[in-house]
Amino acid sequence: MFSLHEKEDTIVALATPQGVGAIAVIRLSGKDAIKICNRIFKGKDLESQESHTIHFGTIRDGDRIIDEVLVSLFIAPKSFTKENAVEISTHGSSYIVNQVIKLLIRNGARPAKPGEFTQRAFLNGQFDLAQAEAVADLIHADSETSHQAALNQMRGGFSGEIAKLRGELIHFASMIELELDFTEEDVEFASRDDLRILVEKLLRVVEQLISSFDLGNVIKNGVPTVIAGKPNAGKSTLLNALLNEEKAIVSDIAGTTRDFIEDEINIGGVIFRFIDTAGLRETTDVIESIGVSRTQEKMKTASLILYLFDLGDTDMVEINRDINKLENLGVPFLKVANKLDKANDQFVNELKANHPDTIFISAGQKEHLDDLKSQILALVNLDKFKTGNTIVTNIRHYDSLVKTRESLLDVLHGLDAEVTNDFLAMDIRRSLHYLGEITGEITTDDLLANIFSKFCIGK
Amino acid sequence: MFPNYDVIVVGAGHAGCEAAHAAAKMGSRVLLCTMNMNTIAQMSCNPAMGGVAKGQIVREIDALGGMSGIISDKSMIQFRMLNRSKGPAMWSPRTQNDRMRFAEEWRLALEQTPNVDFWQEMITGLLVKDKQVIGVRTSIGLEIKGKSVVLTNGTFLNGLIHIGEKQFGGGRTGEGAARGITEQLVQLGFEAGRMKTGTPPRVDGRSLDYTKMEIQYGDENPEKFSFSDETKPLTKQHTCWITYTNKEVHQTLETGFDRSPMFNGRIQGLGPRYCPSIEDKINRFAERERHQIFVEPEGWNTVEMYINGFSTSLPEDVQYEAMRKIPGFENAKMFRPGYAIEYDFFPPTQLKLTLETQLIDNLYFAGQINGTTGYEEAASQGLIAGINASLKTQEKDPFLLKRSDAYIGVLIDDLINKGTEEPYRMFTSRAEFRLLLRQDNADLRLTQLGHSIGLADNTRLEKMLDKKNDTAKLINDLKQKKLSPEGINEGLEDLETATIKEKITIDKLIKRPQLGILDIMKLDDEIGQYLSKYDKEVIEQAEIQIKYENYLEKEQQMVEKLSNMENYKIPLNFDYLAVTALSAEGRQKLHKIKPETLGQASRISGVSPADLSILTVYLGR
Repeated sequence: MFSLHEKEDTIVALATPQGVGAIAVIRLSGKDAIKICNRIFKGKDLESQESHTIHFGTIRDGDRIIDEVLVSLFIAPKSFTKENAVEISTHGSSYIVNQVIKLLIRNGARPAKPGEFTQRAFLNGQFDLAQAEAVADLIHADSETSHQAALNQMRGGFSGEIAKLRGELIHFASMIELELDFTEEDVEFASRDDLRILVEKLLRVVEQLISSFDLGNVIKNGVPTVIAGKPNAGKSTLLNALLNEEKAIVSDIAGTTRDFIEDEINIGGVIFRFIDTAGLRETTDVIESIGVSRTQEKMKTASLILYLFDLGDTDMVEINRDINKLENLGVPFLKVANKLDKANDQFVNELKANHPDTIFISAGQKEHLDDLKSQILALVNLDKFKTGNTIVTNIRHYDSLVKTRESLLDVLHGLDAEVTNDFLAMDIRRSLHYLGEITGEITTDDLLANIFSKFCIGK
Repeated sequence: MFPNYDVIVVGAGHAGCEAAHAAAKMGSRVLLCTMNMNTIAQMSCNPAMGGVAKGQIVREIDALGGMSGIISDKSMIQFRMLNRSKGPAMWSPRTQNDRMRFAEEWRLALEQTPNVDFWQEMITGLLVKDKQVIGVRTSIGLEIKGKSVVLTNGTFLNGLIHIGEKQFGGGRTGEGAARGITEQLVQLGFEAGRMKTGTPPRVDGRSLDYTKMEIQYGDENPEKFSFSDETKPLTKQHTCWITYTNKEVHQTLETGFDRSPMFNGRIQGLGPRYCPSIEDKINRFAERERHQIFVEPEGWNTVEMYINGFSTSLPEDVQYEAMRKIPGFENAKMFRPGYAIEYDFFPPTQLKLTLETQLIDNLYFAGQINGTTGYEEAASQGLIAGINASLKTQEKDPFLLKRSDAYIGVLIDDLINKGTEEPYRMFTSRAEFRLLLRQDNADLRLTQLGHSIGLADNTRLEKMLDKKNDTAKLINDLKQKKLSPEGINEGLEDLETATIKEKITIDKLIKRPQLGILDIMKLDDEIGQYLSKYDKEVIEQAEIQIKYENYLEKEQQMVEKLSNMENYKIPLNFDYLAVTALSAEGRQKLHKIKPETLGQASRISGVSPADLSILTVYLGR
């Protein structure tokens, strides 16, 4: 249980990613945030400054200067958490960051738990539930595109679209309820044809949101990618080449990336997550092992496979056989020929003739990697995202939308089967209920208010 | 002079009568107090029972062992099952009743109920000791002791009647208002409010020209409310009539608007949006050129007619002039004008789910005192209050109905959690599990419960169990018995539904929208003979359960899904005021109502989805 007393604490955490950068931002939030910071800050008296001001000064441990910093002040409720908040921009050394945080803790702050800033923001009424979840996503956002999707959701894009949808459904439900409860009244009821048009329209929007989920998921979690190839094909060399190229190692476990085959690599703003296919590595004949079911499952969960082979160590028969197997797998794949620098020209030409879409690289020399990257990006369809549409990235929202779709389809089936309105109403209510799981429940009072404001009812 | 009663009921309207009857049936010593023994169980407004959602309530009262269904059946002059063209959840029984016989039947039923005593006098106060009610005080200063008190004062608490610019105290026309109780309750810490309702003029049926109206007949095969065999359907019925207002009527009514207490601010209470006065209809919906008027007889023999749809508090001369411009009313003679009445109520958020007040132990409220409107709503509350008052004096567990059990459960849950700003009337749309809360299965839902508390008798229980078992057997058989193409295709063609290619079980045919069990009886002699063994009610029940199986299952799943929230208990001592993250309104409402579960919290008005999320976070989910 989240205790009341914890809520009174002032919490501190590093707000920028761990690791080396030019600057780092340390964030404090809570009643005493400004007071605590003031204790270790030499410059202006922070407690007598206005909200939304920035101050230059030094952080000192006694007489020792730890760093020159910029301090931004946010006075409650005008902050992200709606509490007093301070952001300290220090130089981006992990030593400095650790020193400053330790100092703040010694002066009364407490390390924040994961997500606690967002939780406070939410508890203090900063967001609705959908937005709060988007903020959590934003905090975990690792790349440009996922950042944008989260931002879009936070600006209310998602809530807005759902709200609009719900408004239409509520009207729809009211019309049905009107007919059910006030059957004796002398009022005109909505035509079933109009209702059908409306439901179909709603379905299209819901479908769109649902289909954005896969894309949204890819943006958030990265495109699951497998490099398939024999151990000597240059798999880890390629991985390292891509990693070094981007200098953007975003693995959660710092310092361990080299030991893992699973890595996240940011290519053109999209995260690609390289899945650990340990099963593959242990088999001498890699592509043979595609037949092994466990490995095959791994491969199937990938959105993209890079089929990597050594030009000097592979013959055309082997390549054709492997490609045939990959085609049967049904996952998009790229044919990547490695070690171009050591390749035999005749074989390269033969390969170009047989498989014109082969990408030739030299991972060890970091040559032609741009070709590979643009081909990889081309396989990921980001059109929808670029048009700025709402993208669903949250599994809970996705589930609710799928159930909304089910219920809306049930409404259509009901219309087809010419069931009476009480049954239609049930499916409409289910639709509203599932939408409500995202944005909050609709009550019958809302329906009745809608009816009474529009129709003359009663004897 | 008086014993120490178990339950004292103040007021003998629909709520009071049900409360007194139920408590006495359950073995309590009951005193029923009324200002006038001759006006027990008056139908103050329209001479009808039931209707959409309300008919379901009457069936539920009956299934539990209450009396409203039986009394309505005994006094009905017309029966209609409304909404027959819609699904079974919407079928709603409604009767026109003989006003005088209705009252007489109730009085006789109460006189024949052992353990019910009567006292005719105004009750002016409660005897309260240590936050517990211990009796009542009468207008001549008598003190009557009782372990619990049920207040069912209707519109009598400081009732104020308006006709045009005239206003006078009264609980109904010709009857005085009740004084003292509101003032005492407010002093005890209750919050009180004011509501308004109205009633139309009554006219002399001999002065109307029915040839200018549409006739509204009763059902060809009338049914009845009660599940018991104590009553029979009508063999002869009265008709009603429908006519319409017109522009001329509206213009005439408008001439009195400046003298209307509705518009000149004299009436302060809030009236219902769905039962507006005719002047309100004209005012709010100026574009409508006509409004429906139902002409309803007040009884078998009387010539008095109730002008449903013409509720008004305009000056009587304006009422009269306008009325005579309605087709068929050219020579109408008025018996008495319509009027509006304002009365005190106590926002029901001050009650527990048993209808006992939170402030004073053993004090119960039922009916219009809780801000509801309607005979059926009142009667059902009276029943629940009477049951719980009786159970409490017997130190037994309270009797509560869930929203998924009954309309009565929906009604009380709404009242307690949301309160009401206007007179609360039941609609089917208020019930999220409407498809399960049907009039046809009220007995299957509730009779066992009614029996377990000693209200529904053995005969009722046995009848219900027979129906339940027969239905299960019939459904099982229909899912197994097959019909062949040779045997029935001809018949299917006649019924304009698709023929079959191979043998098919009967339930599959019943699922077709065009087919019912009665049709199938005619398709095949053998099946027809087999089915004719079954009671009509059983056949209807089986047909509904088969035909709508998918929908009913889906709804049942929703009940179970939502019951998770219902099962999530909130600690009684939870300090909402300490949770500053809650919205100010949500915090206050939660503090006041102290919901027992997250589900209940979710239904409290003013508690936003964000508040709920915050609560869930605090409760560690």
